[in-house]
Amino acid sequence: MSKFQFPESIKSRPVYGTLEPRVGKFHLMIADAEGAEAILELAAQDSALMAKSHIIFIPNGTDYGDQLKALNPAQYYEGPSYAASVQRIRHVLANAHQGLQVYLTGTEGLMGQAQNEAMQAGIPHTFIQTEHRGSVARRMQCVHCKGITEDVMTDPFVCSHCGLNLFVRDHYSRRLAAYQGVCIDAEDPGNVPEPVELYK
Amino acid sequence: MTIQFNDETFRDDYSFHNSDWAIKRFPFPFHEDSYMYAVNMEQHRGGPEGSVYEKRFDVDEHYVAEMRDRAMVLADDPLRCQSLPHMTLAGWDLLELIMVSKSEDYPDLFELHHDADQWRWVNKPLGIDDTFTFLDETTLPYGPMEYITRQTQGDFCVLDQREENLWMDAGMVTTQADWSLDFDLGMNFFEWHAPVPLAHEMGIFKRALKFLLNIQQGAPARRMNWTMTVNPLLDTSPENYHKWGIQKTTLTPENIGSKQHLRVELQTFFRLPRSNALVFPIRCYLCSFQDLMTMPKWGRRLHRVVRDLPVELATYKGFIDNRPMMLDYLSQFDDGLPTSPGVFPEPETEPPLNKAG
Repeated sequence: MSKFQFPESIKSRPVYGTLEPRVGKFHLMIADAEGAEAILELAAQDSALMAKSHIIFIPNGTDYGDQLKALNPAQYYEGPSYAASVQRIRHVLANAHQGLQVYLTGTEGLMGQAQNEAMQAGIPHTFIQTEHRGSVARRMQCVHCKGITEDVMTDPFVCSHCGLNLFVRDHYSRRLAAYQGVCIDAEDPGNVPEPVELYK
Repeated sequence: MTIQFNDETFRDDYSFHNSDWAIKRFPFPFHEDSYMYAVNMEQHRGGPEGSVYEKRFDVDEHYVAEMRDRAMVLADDPLRCQSLPHMTLAGWDLLELIMVSKSEDYPDLFELHHDADQWRWVNKPLGIDDTFTFLDETTLPYGPMEYITRQTQGDFCVLDQREENLWMDAGMVTTQADWSLDFDLGMNFFEWHAPVPLAHEMGIFKRALKFLLNIQQGAPARRMNWTMTVNPLLDTSPENYHKWGIQKTTLTPENIGSKQHLRVELQTFFRLPRSNALVFPIRCYLCSFQDLMTMPKWGRRLHRVVRDLPVELATYKGFIDNRPMMLDYLSQFDDGLPTSPGVFPEPETEPPLNKAG
């Protein structure tokens, strides 16, 4: 239900897969909202997985918490926001040993930011599993003021920092965990098309 | 030959200009009357005397003014120069390459003196005389890459080589054709080229990467790229696009000859010795349409290239809206005569324009 097939795009745009249990000493699972469904499906594939798992879940208004807790993971944490959870994520990654498996699922913004933390901890991005679930909103960087606008659902949109009207590019930076937004009316100030919902 | 450095600007009043010498040596990028993407790599081992291909790092009459413009861009936006932590050694490699090359190629302008680890660098055009300890960052006012590229024309991408790929892990980028170092930093070869249309499907990037991965020390390579810029603006960055984009709409049939510039990138590639990184200088040359038209061969050819360019490329290069006006102007300089092969203008042998009115 919550899986969305992104249209094929340019080579910097991330491609997401389907989470599968991998052999590992320990498993770090970071999810937001409908990403919980992917973790429930993952747990169902391997009954031994949860005893070695740490789930970090950001509900964003959903109520999957009890189901995830019922999986009896070795550690379970529910955070009110990604920003509130990031210190914990960094700590877990910094203290991780060889053999840690990382699973990211939910929105692109959540996966991108958590992947970035894992990369900074020395885990190559190609070793990190991702599965998109839920909202197709994007995390956008304004190329002009560098401010990040979270949860962008339309193209164009207004930069939440500098107020410029930006169009949504597919060009993506793992380092910034964001897509690029570029001024849409630079050559014809004020001529801003009606915003259209992404992928519509 | 002593170079007379221009006092000129690349912003505001745009007093940039090319001398007759600079026009004649302008690196016109079209070797025939049409253009399509190609890897088009060749060895960077000199070229005709006086041409931009002759020296490893070409210095021309715009040097001092370009360095002044770069300093202004960096003061406004320091993120135009970035180096990931593992790239410092490559920065020293680059500093050495440029100092050695320039002091050998332009001994009247640049001097490098060694005394063990103590290096003395003299840059006469910019009035610099610094002594520092090689491989010790604390003895320079900037990191090594930033220090030397504040004194060298062209943008610089310093690419780390690993996993059979090249990674944009450091750079000095202030004269770019609308791409952001800050955004692309850390990307691999395919990722930072992702927005380019058509070329992926043509296999251009796979072939180019294969070539670049195999570049050896002492055997640099080069290629050309080009686009169009209204006004001689070096800093056509996405960061400032909301400020300069509007200038594209200021072209009129009366001012197009002086305002519209062909922007050519001479891209070179050098393997660096200690880091095994690849440095990719992107040197920008600008020439107004009216100056290009002083060479009959270039007038004929530019008209044909712009006229026949696929829509995707004219769109990507940002001049699709202005193309009709460009063609109105350029067609006056195309009398239909054939052009000789190759990029050089051949003013002595090419027939003059044979067109009435």
